[in-house]
Amino acid sequence: MSDENDVVISVDNVSKVFRLPHERQSTIKSMFTNVFKGTGSKYYEPQQALKDISFEVKKGEFFGIVGRNGSGKSTLLKILAEIYQPTSGSIETKGKLVPFIELGVGFNPELTGRENVYLNGAMLGFSKEEVEQRYGKIVEFAELEQHMDQKLKNYSSGMQVRLAFSVAIQADADILLIDEVLAVGDADFQKKCYDYFYLLKKQNKTVVFVSHDMGAIRSYCDEVVLIEQSELQQQGKPRDISQLYSKMFLKEDTPQQVAEQTPGRKWGNGVINIQSVSLASDSFSTLSEQTVGVSLKAVEKVNDMVVGVAVKNKSGDAFYGLNTAEKNISISNCRSGEELTVKFTFPLNLSNGNYTVDVACHGLDVGNVYEWWNDAAHFSVNVPENNSSYNLSAKNAKVSVAKNKK
Amino acid sequence: MIETIKQRYRYPSLLLRQLVKTDFQLRYHGSTLGYLWTLIRPLAIFAILYVVFAKFLRVGDAVPFYAVYLLLGIMLWNYFVEVTSGSVEAIVGKGELLRKINFPKYIVVLTGSVSATINLLINSVVLTGFMLFLGADPSLSAVVVVPLLFAELFVFSLGVGFLLSALFVRFRDVQYIWEVVLQGAFYATPILYPLSFVPEAGAKILMLNPIAQIIQDARRVLITPESVTIADVYGNAVARLVPLAIVIVVSITAAIYFRKRSRFFAEEV
Repeated sequence: MSDENDVVISVDNVSKVFRLPHERQSTIKSMFTNVFKGTGSKYYEPQQALKDISFEVKKGEFFGIVGRNGSGKSTLLKILAEIYQPTSGSIETKGKLVPFIELGVGFNPELTGRENVYLNGAMLGFSKEEVEQRYGKIVEFAELEQHMDQKLKNYSSGMQVRLAFSVAIQADADILLIDEVLAVGDADFQKKCYDYFYLLKKQNKTVVFVSHDMGAIRSYCDEVVLIEQSELQQQGKPRDISQLYSKMFLKEDTPQQVAEQTPGRKWGNGVINIQSVSLASDSFSTLSEQTVGVSLKAVEKVNDMVVGVAVKNKSGDAFYGLNTAEKNISISNCRSGEELTVKFTFPLNLSNGNYTVDVACHGLDVGNVYEWWNDAAHFSVNVPENNSSYNLSAKNAKVSVAKNKK
Repeated sequence: MIETIKQRYRYPSLLLRQLVKTDFQLRYHGSTLGYLWTLIRPLAIFAILYVVFAKFLRVGDAVPFYAVYLLLGIMLWNYFVEVTSGSVEAIVGKGELLRKINFPKYIVVLTGSVSATINLLINSVVLTGFMLFLGADPSLSAVVVVPLLFAELFVFSLGVGFLLSALFVRFRDVQYIWEVVLQGAFYATPILYPLSFVPEAGAKILMLNPIAQIIQDARRVLITPESVTIADVYGNAVARLVPLAIVIVVSITAAIYFRKRSRFFAEEV
């Protein structure tokens, strides 16, 4: 299985020390004065960005690098991309490597869309002929047929990202280095990104993916390393690493913080009033069931209504949602002043941490929000030896609706 | 063997081609006359200098075909200025790019130099027109000598450019120093005046400057045999080896320094 030839990236004891000037020595005068003072080293403070990192990436692997901000993961990616030189240690890569630290490298706002495609293409290693061959596909994918002869500065940011992404996916590399910044943008664009990731997986490309989005890591990666404080903490399967990563945050959450949190804000057109949200429990020491009870009052007559809850983790990512429409429960013809109660019950299969619940009430068209209550309730999970990760599924959930007769 | 070389230089060469193209697309961007400025600018400077030095100061009276003599000097000098002062900020100006993708850094400096060379060749056509119109006394050896001189100028300018661009990453004074050096060198090079205006001892020093040697040699073969070259000043053709040696030493030093530093450009700019 693990043939030596399968290894396409081998990182061997890589360390990186940045020398950060205290007072930047960038005039010739200061160079001379420092030489005379004989205190050259005093003006540079070494900062260890990476320490003795070693790992191997095999051909066809989707390899994740996770870590918190400032942990050194982006520096590692830049060293893999040969943008930075390691202070010690070595890196070997086999095959053509294309980095996507950012989309649209080299884009110039004064050039037209067409000219930028050629420029960006050249940066990614395409000859003029190769860009010409792919030009039609690029424009079509970006959906910018009408705009290619306009200057880039007249593009909306969404159009720019679309164009850049369309060029980027043409790159036929053996190894791709992808920074998480790629997956920012509107939902539509994120979907395109993730479709592209699936395509890469299907084509068996080697991908190194830097992220702190555990959802994406678990969906795509085969193998993950966790970088913390410049060091490689652990290498393993996405499931294990993402738990370890979540636990790192838990340590820093104190229960007091939860108590102090106040219910968040409500918004919407006010046709429905969410009167209260209750939880079966706000702290769990065993993995049982959670029930979210929602009391609503119709301010005006409402024909159709969907009620839903979303569970969010500490960083505010809604990773679980459940609503009445999903369960084929229709709530219709509410008279003005009518009250109803909706109960959502789902088995808790969560890693330890603090969670918040959003409650929303909208029409069949999601854009028609009657009322949305951000951070309506909080609960925490603190189970000894908890091995589950975020893993809630709508399948096992129960939803019930009761109209309160008056 | 050839395949390997082709493969190795595939990325640098396609990048160079695209960057030169972009450079031309962006230059004189938004100006009505656009690319024509490449021709108008040196001609306008030439016109001013010509009026001042030929008509008022009468410097040109001692030189046959002074107008084309002056134009040639300005063209070659401007080339040197364009390449070197453009190089100073070449690397630092591309800092954003350097931090996002790894590519051969020398391409950035080379791009400026290639663009300037294309401009020089276009200006040469204009110069030829002036020579036909105003008259000149070129020698047949120009066919061989001029390309060699252009090559020397290309290498020297590029070498200085590499050195300046790499130094500027660490020492931001370089920009101001170089401005002053160029201003001084403009007068220390026989561009406006014939070398006969300078005392012999001074001429011996001035002519060691490769740019002075190139300009005077070019004038000798293209404009008039009366143009004084370094060989005349020293009474010995071997003297030409001194500026040539300077070119080689500067270029090799620059190449080594640039190569060594370029690995760290991304984190230092």
